Amino acid sequence: MDSVLGMALLEVDELRMQFFGQHGRTRAVDGVSFSLDPGGTLAIVGESGCGKSATALSIMRLLPSRNAEIVGGAVRFDGRTLTTLGRAELENLRGSELAMIFQDPMTSLNPTMTIGAQIVETLRRHLDLGKAEAERRAVELLEEVEIPDARRRLDDYPHNYSGGMRQRVMIAIAVACRPRLLIADEPTTALDVTVQASVLDLLHDLQAEHEMALLLITHDMGVVAEMADDVVVMYAGQIVEQAPVLELFDHPEHPYTEALLAALPQVEESEVRQRLAAIPGRPPSLIDPPPTCRFAPRCAYASLDDGCAASMPELREIRPRHLVRSAHPCSERLQLAEAAR
Amino acid sequence: MTSPLLEVSQLCKDFPIRKRVLRRGAPETFRAVDDVSFEIAPGETLGLVGESGSGKSTTAYAILQLVKPTSGSVRFEGAELTELSPSELRPMRREMQIIFQDPYSSLDPRLSVAEIVAEPLEVHAVGDRASRRTRVEELLEVVGMDPTHARRYPHEFSGGQRQRIGIARALALEPKLLICDEPVSALDVSIRAQILNLLNDLQASLGLTYLFVAHDLAVVRAMSDRIVVMSRGKIVESGLADQVYDDPQHAYTKALLAAVPVADPRRMQAERERRRSIRAAGATL
Repeated sequence: MDSVLGMALLEVDELRMQFFGQHGRTRAVDGVSFSLDPGGTLAIVGESGCGKSATALSIMRLLPSRNAEIVGGAVRFDGRTLTTLGRAELENLRGSELAMIFQDPMTSLNPTMTIGAQIVETLRRHLDLGKAEAERRAVELLEEVEIPDARRRLDDYPHNYSGGMRQRVMIAIAVACRPRLLIADEPTTALDVTVQASVLDLLHDLQAEHEMALLLITHDMGVVAEMADDVVVMYAGQIVEQAPVLELFDHPEHPYTEALLAALPQVEESEVRQRLAAIPGRPPSLIDPPPTCRFAPRCAYASLDDGCAASMPELREIRPRHLVRSAHPCSERLQLAEAAR
Repeated sequence: MTSPLLEVSQLCKDFPIRKRVLRRGAPETFRAVDDVSFEIAPGETLGLVGESGSGKSTTAYAILQLVKPTSGSVRFEGAELTELSPSELRPMRREMQIIFQDPYSSLDPRLSVAEIVAEPLEVHAVGDRASRRTRVEELLEVVGMDPTHARRYPHEFSGGQRQRIGIARALALEPKLLICDEPVSALDVSIRAQILNLLNDLQASLGLTYLFVAHDLAVVRAMSDRIVVMSRGKIVESGLADQVYDDPQHAYTKALLAAVPVADPRRMQAERERRRSIRAAGATL
């Protein structure tokens, strides 16, 4: 929708990605479209297996070629089509204009190289810098991500750093070449809450300073609320709802989004020993998924005689900039109830 | 007031730090649990909350004597567990069971569900083959699983289902105390709610007492009558759940609660501004 103005930095258009194995093809990403403006933050939220990380890896073209394949759609980044870009061009883009950080900062860093060497490596790969100049930049970057005593810590190895510090180093490496887009896949899931808050603040500050767009992959609605401008909710390989962040939390439309928010235990203003609204069952297999609404078997509002058990609901714009894929969005249920009275 | 089911007092646990070569003197130790005391009444849930390295899991293991406490006392129904020999401890173990965080690594992949759930019954020689089989079916039903799946293997189940299997196994010997060590942190939100509700239902129907250990403050609130907050091996605050959450006294508890992301964008923005102004004033969170 934003692409009409020619403004979007990232455009994902009907992206389809499948894993293939002995049991068949898993439709991990099944027709996903969204766009992200320069400097903006889009959060993709969903549970394990919903396709959120697979979407991120597809955009970065970081899929294992032996068992994964982009089978349809396109990803455009700043006018270039990533889905058809050659390897050399892609490698120039990754780490410079396009960067990614992962959940586990322990396994993303090379344990045999000093922190300094790993930052310098990225800088010299993409920028025309001498060794001394690159090292000077590396210190600046560590200072930017608030590593105390940065010059001395340059010579340390990853195991000398705590989990939160390691994720800061990953962020330093990711932003080393001032990327225009950072994809962060569950960047704080492995961290304690107090550390999480500071890492999220850091990401937010870096974004504001460098006009960097952020594609944030998370399962945590709290993190979404903290970081996102726009939210995409994924379920079973598809987008089921998409809206600006306030709109999504104020007026969730999809029964899945509503149920997800209701299933969250609350830390405040709540009863002690509260009973949570659990969602019964679990998501369908994405090997030959049914051609009907994929949430229908778990949906409190689906019934046999309505459309959703017979065909797949379209993703439709229920209000400006608010998309939902359901035959039973909240506002329409309320209207029906109103009319019945 | 009824007498407590579990009394932990002045519990300490030291772990040796590897001695450096040529370093003289007594071996260095790291005190993972430092002077921890609390009680749990029958039928109550005590939430033990803290960040990684706070000593909460070590406390749980020290209660069960899975790690030997360095000092202090653990009394279960009046019996001092730290003084019992392994053979004296055995019958006590029937009364205290534990479920673990990771439903993937805590179930033996080579055993069927029936074998996993029946194992504690066999170890403690409860009943015969036939009665054990009936009991396994009962237990699977209690935790909301299809008893006809008893002959399947753990890999055939999702994380939530596996956690149900772990719970069925823990309940097999009809324990009085169930220690739940991060029981839902590996599970998705929608599945997590199912398991938390199941634990609450089981407590109501079986009269269980829980020690609920977790890092997620919201989850602990949903489960606990009283809360103990640990940091660096020590208890920093304890009290009724309402008190601790709505009116935290200790700075650490306040910082911990303030850092929890809540599903409210307006609140989160206000929180960030607040943290930023604290940082600008030179303090650290």
